[in-house]
Amino acid sequence: MPTSDSSTITVSVWRGSAAGGKLQDFEVPQQPSQTILDVVTWIQRKLDTSLSYRFACRVGMCGSCAMMVNGIPRWTCRTHVNKVMQNRHITLEPLRNLPVIKDLACDMSEFFEKWKRAQGHFTGSASRNEKVADISPQSNKRQAANAAIECINCGVCYASCDVVAWNRDYLGPAALNRAWSLQNDVRDSAQQKRLQAVAGDAGCHLCHSQQGCATYCPNELNPTASIAGLKRMTASDFLRRKYRQRHA
Amino acid sequence: MLEIRLYLAQRISAAIMAPLVLMHLGLMIYAIQGGLDASEILGRTRGSLFWGVTYGLFVIAVSVHAAIGLRNILREWLQFRGLMLASLGWLCFGGLLFAGLRAVAAVVGTP
Amino acid sequence: MKAHRNQPLYLAFLLHRLSGLGLALFLPFHFYVLGLALEGGDVLNRFLHWSELPLVKFAEFGLVFLLAVHFFGGLRLLALENMPWSNRQKNYAAVAVAAAFFVAGGFLLRAF
Repeated sequence: MPTSDSSTITVSVWRGSAAGGKLQDFEVPQQPSQTILDVVTWIQRKLDTSLSYRFACRVGMCGSCAMMVNGIPRWTCRTHVNKVMQNRHITLEPLRNLPVIKDLACDMSEFFEKWKRAQGHFTGSASRNEKVADISPQSNKRQAANAAIECINCGVCYASCDVVAWNRDYLGPAALNRAWSLQNDVRDSAQQKRLQAVAGDAGCHLCHSQQGCATYCPNELNPTASIAGLKRMTASDFLRRKYRQRHA
Repeated sequence: MLEIRLYLAQRISAAIMAPLVLMHLGLMIYAIQGGLDASEILGRTRGSLFWGVTYGLFVIAVSVHAAIGLRNILREWLQFRGLMLASLGWLCFGGLLFAGLRAVAAVVGTP
Repeated sequence: MKAHRNQPLYLAFLLHRLSGLGLALFLPFHFYVLGLALEGGDVLNRFLHWSELPLVKFAEFGLVFLLAVHFFGGLRLLALENMPWSNRQKNYAAVAVAAAFFVAGGFLLRAF
């Protein structure tokens, strides 16, 4: 229900499926402290119940609500309408670089596939019978891991990456960022395997440091820095192996 | 493992060229004074082992560097892949290397 | 330009790529002109006289600018990839372009 402020905003929402689609306009009453998620929810409840979109926590913790708002990937629950509205107009589209399922909901499968392909999971070698690993939070490696660890797989960085757009094989900022945080985890035992996973033909060396990922990450992470770290690690590993091969 | 080799070749050729580019820029700013004249330039370069080696190295490094850079553009903006991409990459490298070394020979060689 | 690309470090990337492309396209022409020396100094001289034209001088300024931009941008990238991470990236990008202008400006000043 509109409050004392009776002005409206025009919202162009992308409607369609994998086969294609187009923008559909809706008039939505403006409310104080309104977020994009409020807008989308209002449209779906009051104007068109066939609109599909995602959200879960609605408080900026889960990353489910990510979509393109005026061409920029954001969390809708944490984006205020009056901060991004242009001439009382907003455009909403599904996340870039991912196939669409319906309307504003995209298929995240390839995003998670690449996560796995980059060896983005922890492999332990200790059992419950050994002592708990003694790792100082101040150590360089632990600080590097901590700086990259808050990723919640929302896909915003993936949507902002033009290397992904130009080369759909590229593992992408999120997967590589996770690989970097694990490479800095001294308890992990799959380090060599992971180095090979990220140094392949769709790996970290494709990054051009455009830093769209760092600009738009809602958790203020910097995948470009992580990828630079992987470039250093893979390069010195490669050169050391070549040296050992020659002097074996 | 191709991408890591290309990455290293790109960075190493860049590092080699860093002092050479500064030298070249300085040289251009100096040479342009009073206009460009062939005899002035060739008078200094003809028969010089130093210029031959220096610019020869420059040409080799730039051929590697430019070919890899062009390859990125061919793959990302023009969407070439596989054999086409590899062939065009090698073509760029070979073309620049040949033309460049020929130019060095032209300027350094004694006729 | 797409909205998400409207940030300084993407522009730095674009400048680096386009300056590299410009230089790569210029090089074969440059090598050809130098190769004219094979036919003797006179042939080269005839071509070099074109370089007196103001338009050519302006083009030369452009090339020196491209080389300087690509060079300083490349240094920025090498620093970004190999030195301790710092958030002053945008400042470095700006300094890189400024240094390029300075060098190219020096060329232009000497040219006339």
